[in-house]
Amino acid sequence: MSEMKRVFLEFERPVVELEERIGELRRTQEESAVDLSEEIEKLEKKARKLLEELYRKLDAWQTTQVARHPLRPYTLDYVAALFTDFVELKGDRHVADDPAIVGGLARFRGQPCVVIGHQKGRDTKEKIRRNFGMPRPEGYRKAVRLMKLAEKFRLPLFTFVDTPGAFPGIDAEERNQSEAIGRAIYEMAQLKTPTIVTIIGEGGSGGALAIAVGDHVAMLSHSIYSVISPEGCASILWKSAEKAPEAAEILGITAPRLKELGVIDAVVPEPVGGAHRYPEEMYATLGAHLAQTLSELQALSLEALLARRQERLAAYGRFQVAA
Amino acid sequence: MNWLDKIIPPGIRRVTSGARKSVPEGLWTKCQGCEAVLYTADLEANLRVCPQCGHHHRLGARARLDALLDPQGREPIGDEVRPVDPLRFKDSKRYTERLKEAQRATGEHDALVVIAGTVEQIPVVAAAFEFEFLGGSMGSVVGERFVRGVRAAVERRAAFVSIAASGGARMQEGLLSLMQMAKTNAALAQLAEAGLPYLSILTDPTMGGVSASFAFMGDLVVAEPGALIGFAGPRVIEQTVRQTLPDGFQRAEFLLAKGAIDAVVDRRELKQWTARALSLLMARFGTHESIPDAPFATV
Repeated sequence: MSEMKRVFLEFERPVVELEERIGELRRTQEESAVDLSEEIEKLEKKARKLLEELYRKLDAWQTTQVARHPLRPYTLDYVAALFTDFVELKGDRHVADDPAIVGGLARFRGQPCVVIGHQKGRDTKEKIRRNFGMPRPEGYRKAVRLMKLAEKFRLPLFTFVDTPGAFPGIDAEERNQSEAIGRAIYEMAQLKTPTIVTIIGEGGSGGALAIAVGDHVAMLSHSIYSVISPEGCASILWKSAEKAPEAAEILGITAPRLKELGVIDAVVPEPVGGAHRYPEEMYATLGAHLAQTLSELQALSLEALLARRQERLAAYGRFQVAA
Repeated sequence: MNWLDKIIPPGIRRVTSGARKSVPEGLWTKCQGCEAVLYTADLEANLRVCPQCGHHHRLGARARLDALLDPQGREPIGDEVRPVDPLRFKDSKRYTERLKEAQRATGEHDALVVIAGTVEQIPVVAAAFEFEFLGGSMGSVVGERFVRGVRAAVERRAAFVSIAASGGARMQEGLLSLMQMAKTNAALAQLAEAGLPYLSILTDPTMGGVSASFAFMGDLVVAEPGALIGFAGPRVIEQTVRQTLPDGFQRAEFLLAKGAIDAVVDRRELKQWTARALSLLMARFGTHESIPDAPFATV
């Protein structure tokens, strides 16, 4: 937790100040043998309450910052915590291995499965290696390869979504980023195995959707999912990325809002202060949710599952029908 | 037969009797390719392809469908599906206001027009984007009409043809727009299951969420000359990689060279190309005669 004190979000400042004060009191207590425990306990309670209050009414832009928090658990953290026997599989068999998407075989509570997710880097070097979680076409093609593997061996598929978006680069376009994303969506829409999607951080547009077509789509409560980044939207609408907070608000990118709109199935509550503050608590909650969901989906016949998925996908959208 | 009739394929002349065309702004139009000053009526009659340099100017959805489909037996699909404002989206203007303006400007209710009909007697359902309607952006109505079109194709044992011209997903409907990418692709899987072909025609521009969903899922994917086609817009790429993009980047010819599409087809030859390819793919649904070489215009 020591590192966490150095990384905090602007809106958390009051809490961080309290936490610093608590730290000071602790040091004083140790050094001078004065009993400050009552005072410390009082402040700790206050800090916790303040944090609860802050996180209960996060606005869309604050949520975006939590979703992008540098200490937030990433896909491989969830894989390590929730799965065993992980066998990472790399490469699209054609061009390269894309470290911005990871995947492989694993066991979930004993049951063999396939896991795929976007992967961001923790330090600068890894961030660059993983291209900040922005996949190239070979990443999506690797994902499709693993999806087909899941289908062939009748293994349920878990995906974890956390990307600012697909990489907008020259090489990505040359190798047809559009086709790679379109193909992944197309394959997922008809994949003959249960698919369970969790948005764990940023769900950035088509680059996210490419691995997010599922029989069940859940969002962690402080994750975001958006058709365009708030910055991108702001620069189009107001010609200024500084209006991103306004854009985040009107785009409706938070989990509760998207649940209300019917485009996701569940909001998985995060610990107070976000998944990064109490990751073990997050893993326990999500693990239980995934287990419950998997058993529900596995109760359906494959035929029923696919019919249900087609119905779900066809139902997306809001429109009126003229007489 | 005068010289003009000889160089223009027969299907194209019917355009002049079509219902709606993009309104010519004046008697004369300057070609965006070669800057030649063209008689607007001539340009329209040539499907807005410059007779001098072959530059393909943008063409509205109705004019495109008019040029593609046989005049008899057309039936609109999904016209009853109309937009709403699910997010109550408002920036400097309300989304509802932008919709009204677009409806006034184009005469359409949304950015996709779907018509069932035939191409040289081959049954097809064709869906064309109206780029003048909010940049041809895909929201709930575009997705729903697309799906209704695909379903109609399955019911009629018809081929499905889409003609894309779009900046991508429609921001003003938020994530509902993104979901249309999944919705349209899921419908196409059903078309494939029925063994019916899907031809995707990419025109200028085909970008973002449209490019990255159904656009490249065609059994056949063709593009018009010079069309800009890609996932990310050139400006976004330049800002990301801080490099000037090479000439012709993301243009149809570039995609052809990279192996991303089957062919670059001149708009004036598109009907003939479509008929020939579809008749080859649909032979098992009935006997279609061989489609002869057209007296194609040379560019």
